[in-house]
Amino acid sequence: MTTTIRALLGATALSAIGLSATAQDTTLTIATVNNGDMIRMQGLTQDFTNQNPGIALEWVTLEENVLRQRVTQDIATGGGQFDVLTIGTYEVPIWANQEWLVPLDDMPEDYNADDLLPAIRDALSVDGTLYAAPFYGESAMVMYRTDLAEEAGVTIPEEPTWTDIMAAAEAMTDRDNEIYGICLRGKAGWGENMAFLTAMANSYGGAWFNNDWEAQFESEPWQSAVSDYLMMMENYGPPGAANNGFNENLSLFQQGKCGMWIDATVAASFVTDPEDSTVADSVGYAVFPNKEGVDNHGNWLWAWSLAIPASSEQQDAAKAFISWATGQGYTELVASEEGWRSAPPGTRTSLYENAEYQEAAPFAEMTLNAMNAADTINQSVMETPYTGGQFVAIPEFAGIGTQVGQEMSAALAGQQSAEEALANAQALTTDEIEAAGY
Amino acid sequence: MATQHSRSAARLMMTPAVVLLLGWMLVPLIMTLYFSFTDYRPLRGIFDCCVGFENYERFVTSSAFLDSVLTTLIMVGGILAITVIGGILLAILLDQPMWGQGIVRILVIAPFFVMPTVSALVWKNMFMDPVNGVLAHLWRAFGMAPVDWLSQAPLFSIILIVSWQWLPFATLILLTAIQSLDSEQLEASEMDGAPTLKRFWYIILPHLSRAITVVILIQTIFLLSIFAEIFVTTQGSFGTRTLTYLIYQRVLESQNVGLGSAGGIIAVILANIVAIFLMRIVGKNLDT
Amino acid sequence: MARAVTPQRKTLNTIFAWAIGLTIFFPILWTILTSFKTEGTAIANPPVLLFFDWTLENYETVQERSNYMRYLWNSIAIAGGSTILGLIVAVPAAWSMAFVPSKATKNILMWMLSTKMLPAVGVLFPIYLICIQLGLLDSKIALIVILMLINLPIIVWMLYTYFREIPGEILEAGRMDGAGLREEILYILTPMAVPGIASTLLLNFILAWNEAFWTLNLTAVNAAPLTAFIASYSSPEGLFFAKLSAASTMAIAPILILGWFSQKQLVRGLTFGAVK
Repeated sequence: MTTTIRALLGATALSAIGLSATAQDTTLTIATVNNGDMIRMQGLTQDFTNQNPGIALEWVTLEENVLRQRVTQDIATGGGQFDVLTIGTYEVPIWANQEWLVPLDDMPEDYNADDLLPAIRDALSVDGTLYAAPFYGESAMVMYRTDLAEEAGVTIPEEPTWTDIMAAAEAMTDRDNEIYGICLRGKAGWGENMAFLTAMANSYGGAWFNNDWEAQFESEPWQSAVSDYLMMMENYGPPGAANNGFNENLSLFQQGKCGMWIDATVAASFVTDPEDSTVADSVGYAVFPNKEGVDNHGNWLWAWSLAIPASSEQQDAAKAFISWATGQGYTELVASEEGWRSAPPGTRTSLYENAEYQEAAPFAEMTLNAMNAADTINQSVMETPYTGGQFVAIPEFAGIGTQVGQEMSAALAGQQSAEEALANAQALTTDEIEAAGY
Repeated sequence: MATQHSRSAARLMMTPAVVLLLGWMLVPLIMTLYFSFTDYRPLRGIFDCCVGFENYERFVTSSAFLDSVLTTLIMVGGILAITVIGGILLAILLDQPMWGQGIVRILVIAPFFVMPTVSALVWKNMFMDPVNGVLAHLWRAFGMAPVDWLSQAPLFSIILIVSWQWLPFATLILLTAIQSLDSEQLEASEMDGAPTLKRFWYIILPHLSRAITVVILIQTIFLLSIFAEIFVTTQGSFGTRTLTYLIYQRVLESQNVGLGSAGGIIAVILANIVAIFLMRIVGKNLDT
Repeated sequence: MARAVTPQRKTLNTIFAWAIGLTIFFPILWTILTSFKTEGTAIANPPVLLFFDWTLENYETVQERSNYMRYLWNSIAIAGGSTILGLIVAVPAAWSMAFVPSKATKNILMWMLSTKMLPAVGVLFPIYLICIQLGLLDSKIALIVILMLINLPIIVWMLYTYFREIPGEILEAGRMDGAGLREEILYILTPMAVPGIASTLLLNFILAWNEAFWTLNLTAVNAAPLTAFIASYSSPEGLFFAKLSAASTMAIAPILILGWFSQKQLVRGLTFGAVK
């Protein structure tokens, strides 16, 4: 056995060389997702370290699915590897209920929690206590190419119905020139295609469960929502739609290949970014569609937020960081560095009252209206036993949602019919929800 | 021949490896076994010990289970077929006299050095993307409609990606084996005028049988646990959910540790059945 | 070795082999080329192969976003550490199996291989909990030990098959001369086994370098290797082919270069007893 011990010692010495100790007193490990706003924040941290010379920041930037798996694993086992987590409105209430998150009720003075948009603040609070600070927030809306609409001779009303959308998609599609009337999410995942489809089903008058926790996939609203979705994607959608998520569609839209795109409001600042987008000058906006006679626009509400796990030993430093990253000061910092249009949207009332922002961001008003209109308590015209908009706020949803998403994605890829997909979804959801004891 | 002394010395020398592997096998296995009999769902704060075989029953009776076993078999079988057949052909080709043999060999083994995550990412985005991928460009150049590989032929696409990574390994081992073939024997048969196909069938292939079994054994061990390639490309959609991936979904996506652990134990049992089966063949082949 | 063939045949072989070799290599070549393009050129239709304005901006962007050297060092330390540790444990075991075989040898060997069948996803929770208990999350030591254990069966097997080819008479002769166990290993066996050990070392270094499940799940900052580095570039943010290519090239280049330079050594011992 001595060889082993010697080897272990050797390995220790080997790894000790690699540890470059930082001089600061405290090091915060921040787990975050690799999207544009977060990467911008990473680039701006000099400002934070200037203000807080005693705190060093270590970033763990991961792709969304990997991130979610890593932080869930860590928090569920109490691993304590991270001091700040990037999580969404889905996780916050569930994790807060398990007492895994530190309440953010004693944030520094200048944080100004009252400035947060009420819908977002509610979504991130449990019993009135804030558990995560929103970094940016979003609802969903229609983004469309004004030039293509004009060319095709269609107008998209400010509050379109699904019939309007389908007609416009048909008119704008020009497959020979690789212009696809409508781009929607197709990639399987509870936060990908199911976010869209759940919101769409909401706007058709459906819901995941009725008051007795019975799955509703075989109800009329889901059936017509899914068959309309498949019809649009098949006839007017881009090829390979079953693998397109938010990012893929963003890329397609920026390349000028989509006539319309119904997705998160946060996309608006990317599609109007003249550096990355070839269509920056010709983007119009409309409210998330509804079905005729159903007074519901999907109720999509999401916020990527920063939270502190209870296992963190540097909670004060973590609060200082969160308050810097999600405070008004950061918004101004981004505005001065990159222009107002790039300011993280959807979290603070003050941003939407700012005249400079309103001018720089033509999508501001539409975003604010969509966010204020999203009702996560009554997400459907049906009565439901759960909360949440484009998701169902129960711990089991991530697993079920992804499996249902895979059924829908398979239907979109032409591997099964809409009826089969819905029947499978119904069966597996019923099975899981019963096993979970609802 | 070996003395008593050297026997015990030999045993002593084997001890660290055996003890370490035994620990590596038993500790997690016993913990997994324990979890598999509990209702352990951390996200709801539930940890109830001893629910009997409930998790096993649920795991096995769900429709996803049989599908995933089948998918695993097709995937592993497909990759083995492509790499072994491709490897034999490639090895024979590389054994022929040619200019720049060394460089060609370097080109052929390169994929083996590529991280599975990287290779999946590159294939998915830069090759199989139906709009901007290289294959789409190629298809369009020939006047065909681009194929959306990952949703129209998902299983095949993953098999292709993984085969690309493992083909070099098979080729290398088979090439070494071919090179050890007595060239006089081959030349003699060439002189006799034996047709190429016959020569291949009666001389080369039997000579390679040992190498082929080794390739199959080693690759199967690695292929049963394919994960990164599926995670990056389809996330288990479109019928690409292998048993490993199903367990991943249960444990990490649904955070149902009890159910996932039961799946893990079942996977161990199934893998060991495959292992015993394989070992029988290999053991026989290696003894000779 | 060289068999006499007609020049025509040789030409044909060459063309055919090069065509296949280049096809197999093309994805890597394409990735490397794309990493020097601008994002716009990367998706150009029709694609451009060589004639574009070469740029290093993708590498700059990637380096700005993540500290490549730290990931690289972690990869080297983890892969190297686990390989060396594995050899230290495996050499004696393989030696004794090869030279003092007993009835159980083959069974032990097969049992060792079968431990590799344990699905990693299934035991992630237990291992994670153990690492928390030992305070070994995000430490290189945990990864070195785990990757060593994962690859140990392969190491033992490779060495075993290699050692078996060493004729036993040499050892007998050594023993006659009064060489002890230590001397036997150090002065007789080791020199003969060097090619096999070198090849084992290389193969396991490659396997450990490319291992992407444990290295991703048990690390955060201090021990995160290149597999974690690549995980932050794996989803599109607008146009991203060029950046993805740059990050991919950075992740695979070290091992690719190592592999190419040492391919002779690697190939020499890579038989797993497949050749009699």
